Amino acid sequence: MHMKAIVTVLGKDQVGIIAAVCTLLADNNVNVLDISQTILREFFTMTMLVDLSGSKLPFTVLSTLLENEGARRGLAIKIQREDIFSAMHKI
Amino acid sequence: MLSSNEILDTIRMIDQQHLDIRTITMGISLLDCADPDAEAACRKLYDKVCRKAEKLVETGEAIEREYGIPIVNKRISVTPMALVAGASVTGDYVPFAAALDRAAQTTGVNFIGGFSALVQKGMTDGDRKLIAAIPEALAVTERVCASVNVGSTKAGINMDAVALMGTTIKAAAQHTADRGGFGCAKLVVFCNAVEDNPFMAGAFHGVGEGDCVINVGVSGPGVVCHALQDVKGQPFDVVAETVKKTAFRITRMGQLVAQEASRRLGAPFGIVDLSLAPTPAVGDSVARILEEMGLEVCGTHGTTAALALLNDAVKKGGVMASSHVGGLSGAFIPVSEDEGMIAAAGSGALTLDKLEAMTCVCSVGLDMIAVPGDTTAETLSAIIADEAAIGMVNAKTTAVRIIPAPGKVVGDTVEFGGLLGSAPVMPVHPFGSADFIRRGGRIPAPMQSLKN
Repeated sequence: MHMKAIVTVLGKDQVGIIAAVCTLLADNNVNVLDISQTILREFFTMTMLVDLSGSKLPFTVLSTLLENEGARRGLAIKIQREDIFSAMHKI
Repeated sequence: MLSSNEILDTIRMIDQQHLDIRTITMGISLLDCADPDAEAACRKLYDKVCRKAEKLVETGEAIEREYGIPIVNKRISVTPMALVAGASVTGDYVPFAAALDRAAQTTGVNFIGGFSALVQKGMTDGDRKLIAAIPEALAVTERVCASVNVGSTKAGINMDAVALMGTTIKAAAQHTADRGGFGCAKLVVFCNAVEDNPFMAGAFHGVGEGDCVINVGVSGPGVVCHALQDVKGQPFDVVAETVKKTAFRITRMGQLVAQEASRRLGAPFGIVDLSLAPTPAVGDSVARILEEMGLEVCGTHGTTAALALLNDAVKKGGVMASSHVGGLSGAFIPVSEDEGMIAAAGSGALTLDKLEAMTCVCSVGLDMIAVPGDTTAETLSAIIADEAAIGMVNAKTTAVRIIPAPGKVVGDTVEFGGLLGSAPVMPVHPFGSADFIRRGGRIPAPMQSLKN
């Protein structure tokens, strides 16, 4: 699967968010290329650029895994193909 | 690398501002399904639609999942059925609609458009039989949409067809009286119908099109409205720029999805229709955009100007974002499908006459409007004639999708549910137009048609 995707994590700040998401991604051979993270009034916001070319997991399965991890921690975790963001914001 | 802000911007648009792809519509030519034996023709067209669109819904859902962008509808448009059924030796075209309906169910699409006839200049036997079948066809099928083109800038207006459509709409309402005249919600009367429109109920696959094509309709009134909230009180130059920028982004996303769908389905990409298509959901309304520009209620003085600016800016912003723009492309103003329009019509601020004026400057016409059940066929025809005249003279598409709701009077509301929403019954003029409609014949094409 040759594609880049964006993972976004939104929700209340708590211990171990980055570790949990990165572990899940690492377990599935997804390479993290870039991370940007801020906290605004206890609201945790993280965007990650990841490379899925090494992962054998179908996109939808990975997406469900991330969503479930988010649900367990009360966070909204999404993964979307990068193209949609570049289409909207880059010419 | 994209900035976090850009990424979160997109996510906010999708999660909070109802940004979505309104429809991926597969256009399928059925010209090769014509057969003297009506049953054979129905079998052929069912098979072809099912074969071509077999993977349409699952592909749409996969794209939705991977890109994280809702694709609300997956639909099919087909060759105007009068052209296909015309070859068959039969007087009854309802089975053709039934075959389309079965194909829609099998492929899982929610609407299939193209139970249509193009009669702007004259009617063939096939056209007459198709129009005669419309009321029953819309009553016995669930997902079939019908349309009839009664005029064009090039041909003028076929007033015989206009008269016929008044009675057809009345009959369609009667056939579905138990559902508020729901049949009429699936019937559009056009002037200057376009061949590549992906939006229902007026979609059909024109004869100038290829065998199979993917057209995509974008949406996003909520995103535009939200963007305008950030420029409160600023001059219209700023308003127009803001709308353009927003439309550009929305359309880029539509282009991306269209190309991806086309690649995965192995069907050529046709067009992106850059329309602002509202839904009854709060925050997804075109009327609220007009109100955001400073109008107390949509329908008051200034509404036409506001809509003209919006419609133009949407096109200017969108046109650079897509390689092929087509369809209807502009702002839609369907009353029952727009939360703000419903409120405005309910409060009496938005009238039929104002809507007619608005259709001069936006993409379609009088859309999803409920009128009293005792409105006469001639009055409906006269309403159609007015709209067709606006389309003909201005060289634009206009349409009428009107529901004379059986048993309902002004002040009542007709519930259609889902994306079709609910329509407050609006008053029509009490003065007759019967003698006008009875004349029949053709209104000649205007000077604008003589461009050669």
